[in-house]
Amino acid sequence: MRPAFQTLALLSTALMAFPFAADDAAAQAAKKIKIGFVTTLSGPNAAYGRDMQNAFNLALDHLGKKMGGVPVEVIYEDDEQKPEVGKQKTEKLLQRDKVDFVAGYIWSNVLLASYKPVLDAQTFLIGTNAGPSQLAGEGCSPYFFAASWQNDQNHMAVGELLNQKGVKKLYMVAPNYAAGVDGTNGVKSLFKGQVIGQDMTKWPDQLDFSGEISKIRAAKPEAVYVFFPGRAGVQFFQQYSQAGLKKDIPVYSAFTIDAVTLKLQKDLVLDTYLTSTWATDLPYAANQKFVADYKKKYNETPAFYGAQSYDAANLIASAVTATKGNLKDKKAVGAALKAAKFDSVRGPFKFGNNNFPIQNVYQQEAYKVSDTEYDLRTVSTVLTAHTDPHAAKCKM
Amino acid sequence: MLLIFEQFLNGLQIALLLFLLAAGLTLVFGIMDMVNLAHGSLYMMGAYFAAVFTEWTGSFFLGAALALPAGALLGIVTEIIALRTLYTRDHLDQVLATFGLILFFNELARLMFGAGGMTIETPNWLQGQIEILPGLPYPSYRFLIILVGLLCAAFLYVLVQRTRLGMLIRAGASNREMVGALGINIKQLFTLVFGLGSALAALAGLMAGPVTTVQIGMGDNILILALVVIVIGGIGSLPGAFIAALAIGIIDTMGRAFLPNMLGAFLSPSDASTLATALSSMLIYILMAAVLVLRPAGLFPAPGR
Repeated sequence: MRPAFQTLALLSTALMAFPFAADDAAAQAAKKIKIGFVTTLSGPNAAYGRDMQNAFNLALDHLGKKMGGVPVEVIYEDDEQKPEVGKQKTEKLLQRDKVDFVAGYIWSNVLLASYKPVLDAQTFLIGTNAGPSQLAGEGCSPYFFAASWQNDQNHMAVGELLNQKGVKKLYMVAPNYAAGVDGTNGVKSLFKGQVIGQDMTKWPDQLDFSGEISKIRAAKPEAVYVFFPGRAGVQFFQQYSQAGLKKDIPVYSAFTIDAVTLKLQKDLVLDTYLTSTWATDLPYAANQKFVADYKKKYNETPAFYGAQSYDAANLIASAVTATKGNLKDKKAVGAALKAAKFDSVRGPFKFGNNNFPIQNVYQQEAYKVSDTEYDLRTVSTVLTAHTDPHAAKCKM
Repeated sequence: MLLIFEQFLNGLQIALLLFLLAAGLTLVFGIMDMVNLAHGSLYMMGAYFAAVFTEWTGSFFLGAALALPAGALLGIVTEIIALRTLYTRDHLDQVLATFGLILFFNELARLMFGAGGMTIETPNWLQGQIEILPGLPYPSYRFLIILVGLLCAAFLYVLVQRTRLGMLIRAGASNREMVGALGINIKQLFTLVFGLGSALAALAGLMAGPVTTVQIGMGDNILILALVVIVIGGIGSLPGAFIAALAIGIIDTMGRAFLPNMLGAFLSPSDASTLATALSSMLIYILMAAVLVLRPAGLFPAPGR
């Protein structure tokens, strides 16, 4: 078996490393803005990457496929949810396609493996989902902007929400990777009660949470906090309900319930607590246009992955327009991005000193729109104009 | 104490799913000397078939009853079209070709069933819990998995040890050429074994479906574990696969369940959970390495290999 895999690995790296020099010169001459977009387009979590891609394309439709009068080309790459593949694809976008902007990244661990070559090449990287703490504190960069959030933010809101609901004893379960670490730290930073147990599961391949659920039952907490982004969120709630715990121990979550997972979670997540920075019902004109047109074009409800990607496209467009398409002047582009002069689907949008958004985090709940359709709606504002806790460590 | 017993049941349930998958894999590997990486795809397709048939018929059991022959049929068709030509090639060619099949099946599932995945609806009485011991409610569906897994293991034992077909299977695992020389239609036997293996994979997939949801690539990760199982158990050996699957399922679950607390006694909680997760996923490979050092052919190698 081993030699076989080695041969495969060698073969694939050899293919990747082979220089394709043909189209380099032509690309520079053409007056075109190239954006490389890295997300997950295959495997169990392909639907989330698709949501981002759909929203990004919709934003380009709204922009007339031009930014500041210059035609835009987007090159989508599939990271297969693997850090090493994400890095490879990112390098391909930089070296072969010579993109002007890199955007995307669902998973913190993929982003953390991929960001360095982009920032080293002084290319602007617009994260449209992952917001790891490593890039928000001392590691902040003038070339990295998060159009989404800093990982901790939604989880801190969970901590605050738990205080509001008077929970004293909490059990935490999250996957053991960068975002899971940020998430559990985020909750703990604001939660005033006692964490009586914490499990970090193997990511991304552990899909059976029977062991963790048995421990929750034995520990008898007042509430459970979970963070299982993507498909794992469906599996957790399914198994939690099968174990009969749903009616006894309420679940608080972040990034675990969204429009895509709701199609499978359905009744399993009614009467649970969650926090998010965006929902289809936020009362802003840009949001209503985005939601209506997304539903019309794709016949589906967008998820937060898409909403952030839509914002990212408009953010990039605002910078290109402000600099009149002169992308060589990095300082000016950076300043224009930081100004964030665009209509966000999240309403007022502002970057902090570390280029992560300062924004509200809401409590949301899942509800039944009709017999077959589910959506999320806003319940209350938990954190107002919230700056992430790492911003203070960023020397920018 | 109750928690330990409950975690043991959790481990047993994972182990039995793993055994169903590994049983087919080890038969095919042992008898045909064929590395079939696409076995995980048959697991996935079995789950998808069950999801679709359950939607059609409105009954989980009818859906499962239809999905099993469908899985077997798919395996047989794959064997006839794609795999038959590979028996004489070396393992590397087989790995390459069946790896291609994984990509093919994943894409096929995306085209046929969509990228979003599916759920398998189980009847209400399977969504509840049963009290197996006083004070210990256990999800009834997981209990069903344990029952089905044990029944299947018993069925396979009788089939392999007590029937003529089983005798041929055992003979094939020991010495393929000799079985052919004795006038047995080896081609037919291969197809039959492959169909049986596929049906077992489909059964594992459809049993896992309601717990983990049905999704593209769901077989890829568990296939790696199944390969570890057959390496530990000895290629071609069903009892070996059974023991190895039990060991892996229980070690994996127990490690995840109790290591963090044990390490928490002398480490900070975050370090403890990081180390425990790493250790518990390493444990099974440590076991495999130990077995390979002490018994290079596995715990129960087929005689004559």
